[in-house]
Amino acid sequence: MARKTIDRRWIFLLIFVGVALPLIFVIGLPLETTENVRMVYDLVEETPSGSTVLISFDFDPASRPELYPMALALVDHCFQKDIKMIFTALWPMGVQMAEDVIDVLQEKYPEKEYGKDYVNVGFKAGGIVTVQAMAKNFRTVYPTDMNGTPISEHPILRGVKNFDNLAFLFSLSAGSPGIKEWVQIGHDAYGRPTSGGVTGVSAPSILPYVNEQQQLTGLLAGLKSAAEYEYLLENPGLGTSGMDAQSMAHLIIIIFIIIANINYWRAKKAEKGGK
Amino acid sequence: MVQFFNVLGIWIGALLTFAIFSFLYKDNPFYKTAEQIFVGLSAGYWFVYTIFFILIPNMYEPLSTNITSNWIKLIPAILGVMMLLRLIPNLEWVSRFPIALVIGTTSGVFFLRYLKSDVINQLTATIMNPFLGNTTVNTIGQILLIVGTFTGVVYFYFSKKHEGVFGATAKVGIYFLMISFGAAFGYTAMARISLLIGRLQFLFGDWLGIIEP
Repeated sequence: MARKTIDRRWIFLLIFVGVALPLIFVIGLPLETTENVRMVYDLVEETPSGSTVLISFDFDPASRPELYPMALALVDHCFQKDIKMIFTALWPMGVQMAEDVIDVLQEKYPEKEYGKDYVNVGFKAGGIVTVQAMAKNFRTVYPTDMNGTPISEHPILRGVKNFDNLAFLFSLSAGSPGIKEWVQIGHDAYGRPTSGGVTGVSAPSILPYVNEQQQLTGLLAGLKSAAEYEYLLENPGLGTSGMDAQSMAHLIIIIFIIIANINYWRAKKAEKGGK
Repeated sequence: MVQFFNVLGIWIGALLTFAIFSFLYKDNPFYKTAEQIFVGLSAGYWFVYTIFFILIPNMYEPLSTNITSNWIKLIPAILGVMMLLRLIPNLEWVSRFPIALVIGTTSGVFFLRYLKSDVINQLTATIMNPFLGNTTVNTIGQILLIVGTFTGVVYFYFSKKHEGVFGATAKVGIYFLMISFGAAFGYTAMARISLLIGRLQFLFGDWLGIIEP
C-alpha cells in the first residue's frame, strides 16, 4: 500500500491561518516563566540604580521578530530601575535596532536623556578582537559615540574605562560575532556577569553556557522568552501578542507529526501484511 | 514628505513580503524579482557600509589627519591591498601572506578562548556533587547533566569498538544526542514560526492597521 501524501501547500496554508487568526483574535493562552528568564530578570532587578551596563545589539532585521521584543523589554526594565545603558553593536545594523528601541521607549520615559541615561557608541568591526580591546580600554575602541561626539562629553561615560566599571554585559545575538564572544571575553576572561538573548535557532548551542560556572547568567531564547520577560515586567508587548499564534502553530505541527507517523506506521504494517 | 515616504516604505515592504511568500505556492517572476532586489540591495549596502563605516573612519581619517601617530594602520592597509592582488593571476601568490597572517592570528586567539570557554569551563561545570541541589528536580537535572556529558563523550571515542559495557554506555550517549537534536529541531521550528509572526504583525499592524503595531 502506497503511503498517502498531501500537497505541502495545504500545510503552509494551515500554518498561515493558524498564525494569522490568533494575532487578530487574541485567545490569551496561559504563560509560565522559566528559570533562565527569571535569572535574567533577577540580574537586572538586583543591579543597583545608577549602575552602568553594556547592551550589545548583535543582530539585524532578519532576526528582529525574535530579538527586538526582548530588547524592548530589557531596556524598559533598565529604565524602570534607573540603570544607565551603553549601547553598542558587533553587527552594523544593530545600531539601528538600538535606535528603534529608544524611539519607542522615549515616549514612555521622556525624562531619560541621551548621554546621561543612555548612549549609543555604534558599531565596531572585529568581533572578538574588538570585545577584547574594549575590555582593556573602552576609550581606545570608542573615542566617539555613533554621532561623532567625543565620549568624554557624555556624563554616562565618565569613569567608564573598561569592563570593571560595568555592572553586567548583555548581548542580543543572532549569530557570530555575538554572545559567544561576550561570554569568552566578558565572563571567562574578565569575570563580569554576562547574559543575553538569542534566536531560537542558536539557543541549543548557547544554553550550555548557563551552567554552574555561570558563564551566562540566564538566557532569553526565542520569542517565548521575550513574552516571559514581558510577563515578569507585567507589561505585555510584542512577545506576548505573538505567543497565541506561536502555540497554535506548534499545535498544528504536532498534529501533522502525529498524522504522518500514523500514516507511516500503517503503510509499514500493510507492507508487512502484503508479504 | 516624511509621512509619504513612511507609507511608501510600508507598501513596498508589504508587496515584497507577498512576493517572497508566493514561492510557497510555486516559483514565479514576483519571487525572483524580490529575491534579486534583496541580493542587489544587500551587496550594495555592504559595499557602501564597508567604505564609509570601516575604511574611512579606521584607515583614511587617521592616516590623513595624523600619519605620524597612526602609521601602524599602514600595515593592515598594505595587507588589504596584498589580499586584493588575488584578482591578478600573475600576482595571486602575494595574497597568501595576508591570508596566512589572518589564519594564524585567528587560530591563536580562538584556540585559547575556546579552550577555556568551551572545554575547561564546560567540563568544570559538570564536576559537582549532584546531591547538593535544593530540590529533587535540580538533583535529577544535575545527575542527567553528568551522565549525558559522560556518555556523550564516550560515544565520540572511536579508538575502541563500541561493544559490551563500553558499547552500552555509548548507546546511552546516542539517546542523549537524539534528545538534544529533538530540542534543537523544536527551537528551530519555534524560530521559523516567530519570523512568520513578525511578518504577519507587520502586515496586520503597520500595513493594514487591524492590530496594534
